[in-house]
Amino acid sequence: MILIVLMIIPLIAAILSALIDRPRFGAVITLTGAIGILVLSVCSIMGVISSPGHVLVSIPGWIALDAFGGLILFLVAFVNMTASLFSVGYMDFSKGGSRRYYLNFNLFTFSMLVVPLLQEPNIVWIAVELTTLFSVLLVGFENTHEALEAAWKYVVLTLMGAAIALLGFLILYWAARHARIESYTWSGLLLAAPQMSPTLLEAAFIFILVGFGAKVGLVPLHTWLPDAHSQAPSPVCALLSGVETTVVLYVILRLLPVVKLVPSLHADMWLVSFGLVSVGAAAFLLLQVRDYKRLFAFSTVEHMGIILTAAGIGGGLAHTGVMLQIMGHALTKSFCFYAAGSVLLLMGTRDIASVRGLIKRAPATGVALLLGGLAIAGAPPFVLFMSEFSILRAGLHRGEYFTVGLLVLFIAIAFFAIMNHVSRMVFGSDETGENSFSMPLPMSCKFTLAVAAVPVAVLGLYIPGVLYKLLILAASTMGG
Amino acid sequence: MAMFTGVTDLVSNLNALAGGLFIVATFGIVVARQVRACLRFFILQSFFLAVSAFLLGMSPFSAHLMAVGAINLVAKVWILPWILLHMLSDEVYTRREIDQVVSIPASLIIALVLTIVACFFSLPWLRAVSATGAPCVNIPIGLAGLFLGTYTLTARREAIPQLLGLLAMENGAFFAGIAIAPDLPLIAELALVFDLLILIFVVAILTRRVHKRIGTTTVGMLAKLREEPYK
Repeated sequence: MILIVLMIIPLIAAILSALIDRPRFGAVITLTGAIGILVLSVCSIMGVISSPGHVLVSIPGWIALDAFGGLILFLVAFVNMTASLFSVGYMDFSKGGSRRYYLNFNLFTFSMLVVPLLQEPNIVWIAVELTTLFSVLLVGFENTHEALEAAWKYVVLTLMGAAIALLGFLILYWAARHARIESYTWSGLLLAAPQMSPTLLEAAFIFILVGFGAKVGLVPLHTWLPDAHSQAPSPVCALLSGVETTVVLYVILRLLPVVKLVPSLHADMWLVSFGLVSVGAAAFLLLQVRDYKRLFAFSTVEHMGIILTAAGIGGGLAHTGVMLQIMGHALTKSFCFYAAGSVLLLMGTRDIASVRGLIKRAPATGVALLLGGLAIAGAPPFVLFMSEFSILRAGLHRGEYFTVGLLVLFIAIAFFAIMNHVSRMVFGSDETGENSFSMPLPMSCKFTLAVAAVPVAVLGLYIPGVLYKLLILAASTMGG
Repeated sequence: MAMFTGVTDLVSNLNALAGGLFIVATFGIVVARQVRACLRFFILQSFFLAVSAFLLGMSPFSAHLMAVGAINLVAKVWILPWILLHMLSDEVYTRREIDQVVSIPASLIIALVLTIVACFFSLPWLRAVSATGAPCVNIPIGLAGLFLGTYTLTARREAIPQLLGLLAMENGAFFAGIAIAPDLPLIAELALVFDLLILIFVVAILTRRVHKRIGTTTVGMLAKLREEPYK
């Protein structure tokens, strides 16, 4: 029941914010809804942990939540809350259209929330396609030449991927029918996998990996990602980069235990090669970016590649690393985009070279950007350092020396690239000597930075017991 | 059972014919010189998809496939072109030639090669479950539809033909789907069509905004966003 209420809240918020046209009404209703969603998602995660099979079922065969889904649900709910908080200040400076913005914002939230709750893979595909459709107009919201170009690339490439994945899901269904599956759900697939035809399963997996890989931002189908993730309004960037990619990756990872039951498929090899290519390409592209929002967008490609590589390495330790990395990425990347969004509000430019000496000119934003940069690059003592460390350890443990070597090299290059750009923005000497900002940072943006900084700063040192249990349970859903 | 074989034979032959016409219509989308012609070929393609669904639903009778055919007919042959024609200004539909990255004869050859590749791709799948009947026709043709749609997306620079390429890809996946997944829950089918209508709506809004703001719908020429090395 709680899960159904969870799905209805954003829809109600969407309808209300579209119907009632009063200044700030959309912001208030969206924020209220977001807080409600966060509370309910924490409640349902408690339910998952305390229930005997670690599954919370609403409608058998259709809507249920397990530990992996719970982790994704929590991340979507948390980032959605901070993003709607940031939107309050951000939209005050926008040239209107806030009704349109909040309508799409809430629908986008709805589409991301339902993905971890749905159990029927074909319906999950529809939900993933909806995440694209509801966010396209948000990407093009600024209505500039660049924003519309980004939105067009986004819609064409990700929907092309979705159509490829659709055939993958239909082939999966075909294979499952031949194996006389009892109920076509994620858990039903796991039971039926040994009887499924390996050829069909392989075809389905590759189509889904390539198709949804386009939406996750895997190289070479990543070209839309830095455009869309840099041109959208900053709170939307946080959602796109922090959780939308993760939600789609979740669907690919859901299939992993199924395909791993058939060793002849070499699913791990596919994942490791796709992952490494993405990490490598992103690392070198990070060196030469000139726009700081693109910097964080490319870092998303890098992190998605790391998660995929880790999932390919496999084993309990790597899977725990995967879950930590998913959590760390979602929380840290959204924080980075709030920091970047604050810089954009203050300076009015996305150009790295034009932003210098932030620490003197705007100390709070400068510190936030530095914290975000260090955390997303994977410096200790932040959570992404822990997750990357455990992934590398798992790789060494499994004897994947080549993979680990490349991964270390690429992560080091990416670290250097991100810190190089960020430190120049924060500490670089300001030659222009101007001290005027286009506007002061709105209160709600400062507040968002403070709220979003808490998990980024704390989780590397201390993970609450409930969250730790959730991570371990989620890792166990990935199989051995 | 034996007395039905004749009917079944006829139906599967008709289905093969529908499949053949489906692929011809897809070729039309790849090579048409004008936006309107492109749209007409897409409507034809959707029509043959619906025909194939009706035929496969006849023997053995499946109310479900009939519903799928009807939904497709209404959504893609009737509503979709209506939305496109009404939401996008006449400028988009003026009778002008649209340029392609690859010349039309070369496109035709590439499309042919892709179709043959699709057949070779799907052979091992059919063998894996020793399939007979409808899947042997629908899967290679559906896969070819998917490939040709992808090619259309990359070779076209105009917004509407790119959208039609996307929809042709989905049609290809559906064409395979009606043979291999005839008993999908109806809610999934309805949601798929709903999804499709949102897609058209969103892309049409976007196209209109691009046209208004940038003054062209040749989206292939948009190239402001790219990585440049340090000066």
